[in-house]
Amino acid sequence: MNVSLYRRLIAFTNARLWQLAHVDILLLLALLLLMSGGLFVLYSASGQDIATVERQMLRLGVGMATCLALAQLPPKYMRRASPLLFVILVALLIAVLVAGVGAKGAQRWLALPGGLRFQPSEIMKIVMPMMVAWYFAHRPLPPSLKEIVTVLVIIAVPSLMVAKQPDLGTALLVGVSGIFALFLAGLGWRYILGAAAAAPVAVYSLWHVMRDYQKQRVLTFLDPESDPLGSGWNIIQSKTAIGSGGVYGKGWLEGTQAQLNFLPESHTDFIIAVLAEEFGMLGCVLLMCAYLLVIARGLYIAAYAEDNYARLLAGSITLTFFVYMFVNIGMVSGILPVVGVPLPLVSYGGTSIITIMATFGILMSIQTHKRAL
Amino acid sequence: MGKHHQVFRNYRQEQRLTQRRLIVAALLVLLMMGILISRLFYLQVMQYDLYQTKANENRVMLVTEPPPRGLIYDRNGIVLADNRAIHSLTVIPERAGSIEELRKKLDPVIDIKEEEWENFRAKLKEYRRPYQSITLKSQLSDVEWAKVSVDLYQLDGVQVEAQLTRYYPFGEAFAHAVGYVGRITAKDLERVDKLAYQGALFIGKTGIEEYYEQALFGKPGLSKVEVNARGRIMSEIERQNPTPGEDVQLYLDARLQQYAFDLLGNYKGSVIAIDPNTGGILAMVSKPGFDPNLFVRGISVKNYARLRNDKRLPLFNRALRGGYPPASTIKPFMALAGLEYGFSSWQESYYARGYYQINPNGRRYRDWKRSGHGWINLERSIIESVDTYYYQLAHKMGITPIHTFLSKFGFGKELILDLHGASRGLLPSNEWKKARYKEPWYPGDSVNVGIGQGFMVATPMQIAAATSALAARGHMYNPRMAMSVGGHSPFLEDEASITEHTIKLKDERNWQRMVNAMKKVITDSLGTGRRLQGTEYSIAGKTGTGQVFSLQEDQEYDAESLDKRLHDHALFIGFAPADAPKIAVFAIFENGGSSSKPADLTKALFDAYLYDDYPDRYDYFEEWRR
Repeated sequence: MNVSLYRRLIAFTNARLWQLAHVDILLLLALLLLMSGGLFVLYSASGQDIATVERQMLRLGVGMATCLALAQLPPKYMRRASPLLFVILVALLIAVLVAGVGAKGAQRWLALPGGLRFQPSEIMKIVMPMMVAWYFAHRPLPPSLKEIVTVLVIIAVPSLMVAKQPDLGTALLVGVSGIFALFLAGLGWRYILGAAAAAPVAVYSLWHVMRDYQKQRVLTFLDPESDPLGSGWNIIQSKTAIGSGGVYGKGWLEGTQAQLNFLPESHTDFIIAVLAEEFGMLGCVLLMCAYLLVIARGLYIAAYAEDNYARLLAGSITLTFFVYMFVNIGMVSGILPVVGVPLPLVSYGGTSIITIMATFGILMSIQTHKRAL
Repeated sequence: MGKHHQVFRNYRQEQRLTQRRLIVAALLVLLMMGILISRLFYLQVMQYDLYQTKANENRVMLVTEPPPRGLIYDRNGIVLADNRAIHSLTVIPERAGSIEELRKKLDPVIDIKEEEWENFRAKLKEYRRPYQSITLKSQLSDVEWAKVSVDLYQLDGVQVEAQLTRYYPFGEAFAHAVGYVGRITAKDLERVDKLAYQGALFIGKTGIEEYYEQALFGKPGLSKVEVNARGRIMSEIERQNPTPGEDVQLYLDARLQQYAFDLLGNYKGSVIAIDPNTGGILAMVSKPGFDPNLFVRGISVKNYARLRNDKRLPLFNRALRGGYPPASTIKPFMALAGLEYGFSSWQESYYARGYYQINPNGRRYRDWKRSGHGWINLERSIIESVDTYYYQLAHKMGITPIHTFLSKFGFGKELILDLHGASRGLLPSNEWKKARYKEPWYPGDSVNVGIGQGFMVATPMQIAAATSALAARGHMYNPRMAMSVGGHSPFLEDEASITEHTIKLKDERNWQRMVNAMKKVITDSLGTGRRLQGTEYSIAGKTGTGQVFSLQEDQEYDAESLDKRLHDHALFIGFAPADAPKIAVFAIFENGGSSSKPADLTKALFDAYLYDDYPDRYDYFEEWRR
């Protein structure tokens, strides 16, 4: 009976229909699970504002549409377009630095006609692994030192430009997505260990290019109690929310930290604290399991992708998604500095939902356009 | 080389390479997930109690509701300190917007002085709970109240609050006895429970208001409320209603107090009346006084400076702190000391010349009567107030027996039980002079003390208490203001050792003999108090004229008042009816010249108190009876 159920499940997921529609049903289900859980928490985090939840559903819908649309595009076209896209985006990043608009001392957007705004760095998160994967597509793996240096330059230029805006969180994700592709391409362990050894030097030089408010975030991270009402407030309140949730939580809509506004940014970057307060450790672990499902499927798709380009791209996309989640939860729970990374697909708003869903469209495309299963 | 490889690329191997890397990555993912979960475990399981507490501290706040303050009554139930409802214009800054906007909106509606805006700005800077209102203008008139109320709907964050404020209906005459409340300062908060006074408008600063602060204040209501991060109250979790402060009833007779104050006329001075049967203070006047109502909502700098700089020292409580030479009013006590220690007797005669000398060629200590009094005895020394008799008596005794005996009557002690800040005066002794002047006690020092001058300094309260003890034939009470607090005596019966004691004499008959002598001060044709003759009851009294040292704080006086300084202080002690005393009085007119003024005042008080016979203008006190 169990065996037959399993077979029917396999049969369902491999159904010809999904293949024709270029939908990876397992990934889709995992994503839907994550999204619905997220909406549930958002309702509480937004102060029980159904309008916020509706707007988020709209965004998720647009994201899903983007995903399914991109899934129709065969990976070979993506591969061919990769270098051109990269060049265009680098040009746009330059434009942002020269003529960008923004708020709070950061220039992140390009103003479009009709009052619209466009954030090139967000698209760069997708294009970066595409570019690195493209670079390795026609070269034998593992890469030579010359190739490694070339790729590092490819990664460094846009990352530094984004960091300059300044947008440390996005710069980190852009850089990391390129590095992951490089790692999956077989970057020699001796280089990895060497880089690990050189990290302290890098940290030191990074400190010197950081803006004051970025330095403040790091300092606050290291000692939140030093400024409990100023920059330490966020992290103290989020830790309090998480810790007071205990194992089972205070119950949905019952979190005092979240409902009485002690928790800042409770429906955006700090939404995991709401979950932790109201559903406890149990809720958090369940949510992380949902993420793990998505990540596991992504890694599976990467491992069995058709060619190097697809493998590196799929792997990098999946691991970057994980980094998103890790950095966000790490930051909210106080083991990483506050860098302004949303919890993917759960935090309210932002272009990030669309771009993340676009990357899952790429994953689906890679999985469903294989010539032979 | 690259091209060579390109030809023979092993796609299978490259796929395996990436797959191995993916496995490494998957393991790293699991490891990092593990890190996150252990972090959550640390926060949510191991540190749960800590954060649970923190979250509760965040959301739960205690808000106090000040209780209505207890009232202060005189012995007949006349209100001396009342609570009055006033309407104040208060502002919740979080809702009212900037001060400039607020001014624009309020200016056409109500006249608010620049000073009031200044106060408002100052209060805005102090710590307060968010959404707590700040008073902008207190004590709105009815017209103002009506005008503001009409426009209230379009004034965000502005409201009219009813508050209870303190009101002293009789003002100046009672300022030093009842005291006053004032704005709570940071210093006040150091000695009280901060939480209890949160939201309270004032605290007892002086007098009864200060001494019985705890009872008068009551117990504030306490509510536990849930607040949001901006401090706004969302809901009430628990509530405890305030317990009103306890009423304090004084021994004071309001009309007697006012009468004594008025009878002092334009003189500075002090009058104290004590009931010898209880030690209760019937009147305690220090003139000039001031309007205590000025202090209630915080006194303005201008008004305070005016009171501080007034040369007549209106803020100085002469009754408790004024240091005067008791002058001849000390003679009855000095005579009792001489009798007690065998230095004099009722029978012994003494030839009183116009002066006294320690040595035949020494300094002449003059009698007030230049020709002398001739042959006299102890009784006549009281009646005629013979200085030379007491010069020789004090000289014979020396300071130690004087010190011992007068201490029993409370000289050199704070005495009063329920007011702070009483001075001890100065009852000199050998040891004191050595410590103070590094000199021995000279016989001449004793001579001066014999007539209540020299080093001796006493407060009106001390002289009044000693007079009361004499009236009660040695039953000495420490004087007290409050008859009852919250319906109970403020001093328990087993505290009698603190509140009273009996002065024992070797010959108890000396009490009555001394009273008889003091009666003759009035009735004798040569008595210094003979002007008080003609009452239906008998008076025992003793006059005194003090050589002027003025107040201890006499550096406050300047040349301009020197003329008046030349006048002696005029003193009188007395009690009536002499053989069943109901009231003992001490009165002093600073620079009053002759003792006729305090003597007349004392008699007027006796008449009023004993026969309940006050001038008609005091009828208005009845309106304040509750």
